[in-house]
Amino acid sequence: MKNTMKLLMLGAALAAASAPADAEDKAKAEVMTSWTSGGEAAALDVIKQEFEKRGGVWKDSSIAGFGAADAAFQNRLVAGDPPAAKQAVIGLANTDFVSQGLMNPIDDIAKAGKWADVLPKSIHDLITYNGQVYLSPTGAHGESWVFYSTDAFAKAGVNEEPKSWDEFFAALDKLKAAGVQPVAWGGQSWQESKVFNMILLTQVGIDGFLKIYGDKDKGDASVEGVKKTLDILGKLRGYVDEGAPGRNWNDATAMVITGKAGVQFMGDWAKGEFVAAGKQLGKDYGCMLAPQSPGMVYVADAFSFPKIADAASQKGQALLAEVAMDPTVQVEFSLKKGSVPMRTDVDKSKLDVCAQKGLELMSAGKIVPDQALILSPQQAGALNDFVDEFWSNPSEGSASGAEKFFGIFE
Amino acid sequence: MQAKRRRSLAATFALLPTWIAAIFVYIGTMVWSVRLSFTDSTIFPSSNYVGFAQYARLFKNSRWLASLENVLIFGVLYVAGCLALGFVLAAALDRKVRFESAFRTIFLYPYAMSFVVTGLIWQWMLNPTLGIQATVRALGWQGFVFDWIVNRDMAIYTVVFAGVWQGAGLVMVIALSGMRGIGEEQWKAAQIDGIPVWRIYLSIILPQLGPALAASGMLLSMGVIKTYDLIVAQTGGGPGYSTEVPAKFIMDNLFERQNLGLASAGATVLVLSVVMAVAPFRYALAIRARRRGAH
Repeated sequence: MKNTMKLLMLGAALAAASAPADAEDKAKAEVMTSWTSGGEAAALDVIKQEFEKRGGVWKDSSIAGFGAADAAFQNRLVAGDPPAAKQAVIGLANTDFVSQGLMNPIDDIAKAGKWADVLPKSIHDLITYNGQVYLSPTGAHGESWVFYSTDAFAKAGVNEEPKSWDEFFAALDKLKAAGVQPVAWGGQSWQESKVFNMILLTQVGIDGFLKIYGDKDKGDASVEGVKKTLDILGKLRGYVDEGAPGRNWNDATAMVITGKAGVQFMGDWAKGEFVAAGKQLGKDYGCMLAPQSPGMVYVADAFSFPKIADAASQKGQALLAEVAMDPTVQVEFSLKKGSVPMRTDVDKSKLDVCAQKGLELMSAGKIVPDQALILSPQQAGALNDFVDEFWSNPSEGSASGAEKFFGIFE
Repeated sequence: MQAKRRRSLAATFALLPTWIAAIFVYIGTMVWSVRLSFTDSTIFPSSNYVGFAQYARLFKNSRWLASLENVLIFGVLYVAGCLALGFVLAAALDRKVRFESAFRTIFLYPYAMSFVVTGLIWQWMLNPTLGIQATVRALGWQGFVFDWIVNRDMAIYTVVFAGVWQGAGLVMVIALSGMRGIGEEQWKAAQIDGIPVWRIYLSIILPQLGPALAASGMLLSMGVIKTYDLIVAQTGGGPGYSTEVPAKFIMDNLFERQNLGLASAGATVLVLSVVMAVAPFRYALAIRARRRGAH
């Protein structure tokens, strides 16, 4: 018995010693993301393919749910065993990691690739901390989109995209009358606060939006705008099915894909689901900005690179940073994920109508940042709480709701 | 004498790792968390002390207050529900039914499942557009409404359902083994006196099962404080934060919200409340033991 144990342990030790030997000189990367839905996984695969083509060894550590992936990542980071790369949202959440010296800069790669010239300046500023580039951006997402089923619209006799909120609600009524679920609602707080933000943008405009979130302005115009936003949000409750609470965004998208529901408010990653389901833009589904929207709320994804001792993983980090910013990869990735490439010098002809429109708004500067870019994680969490609580409580009035909204910034 | 000392020295050495673990791992981490709750730590520990500011923030947070209320409702109903249902199931099996072991396995089965699975199953069953409500409506009762899980006022009770479904089996097993330990002659005596069966269980068997039920109650209560996975899988804390629980609040603030100070304050409050609940109980036990000793 004892001898068997010894043999086993010896065998394990040998296996451990010999296994990394042939992988030693190869770049390798364990990549941790929350990209697990159909479209997201397909997009991640684009990066993986190219990474492997260039000789890298890829290890996938995807975890469903952004929060769950974050928690797992922070645990491993604190335990001193981080993955080589982590999907991150560009914004304030990364500041602490960088300032604590837990991240590897990828400044050499960025300089060699002339990222400063090919990225919009605002994005380049956001991925630079203390003069060094730390994040490798993968794509930007517009979040002000309304996706609709053309079948459902035809069935209800909605012949063109509604231009104003009044027309929009009229269209929802028609959908309801035609026996179609008007709105496919994703019932998680982060999704609800995205809807809140896209309505807010339609009510207060780009400057007003920046005033509220950037300057934490509580002036009369801002308060009035939030009230009107809450009125519209509250009105939407009547068009949602009772199975909505807790629903995942991609399950809601599936309702539109199958024509069971008319519209979904969501970021353009929902397009990835339509693509993965083999649906065609313009024929099976359409996209429009939220009614009366003067621009677009945006959020940007990137890879961050924790400090890691292993030389092969360091090589892997450099390679991954390079691959993610490769012009062809950026386009392919965006097509699969529904996002907009970060590089301004890519071949735009391949992009669909929605992505081109998004890119247009972005280059015209008609964009406002998502809460992840402009609020601390604590405030962003409080915003989610606020919207979720407002949404689930029909007796809450917009005036008292607005008061609670501004409480987030205290 | 010397041999005795040597033996106690050996025992001390043998127990040393346990002592170290107890002091550094349990007490050390607890002190560490309490310390953090007085700092302004965000994602990483900081040593910038802010006094009770985090506690003030915590008790101004309506989500936290809702979570305390919920864990109280859930805790009381869950423990009481498991004990009651477990006892009834045990009594039913105790009647020497056929296929007893098959039933026992079926009733105990949920307990072997993780709370995540339990939560998901109940989420699907209770979802008004997929589960029970949709099924009954499909059978023809169009007016049937069972939408507790999406109703702010009722959602917490659906979590109790799932919890009781999961935990009753454990109580059943413990209670059943207790019942089997009760002598046959008590039954015979009671039956000769013509006492109905339900009355025997209630007045004769139940009092004798006190210690067994107390032990199961303790096991279940410990689960209440750390209830996290069931909530995440079944309701995600929603609708709104009507099913939020302290453990989830703490986890969210630890990881998603980079709010270490606030999360530590929450954890400290939780520990304190457990101590406050357990201390009088222990005290009462101690007094009782002393009285018994005096007799």
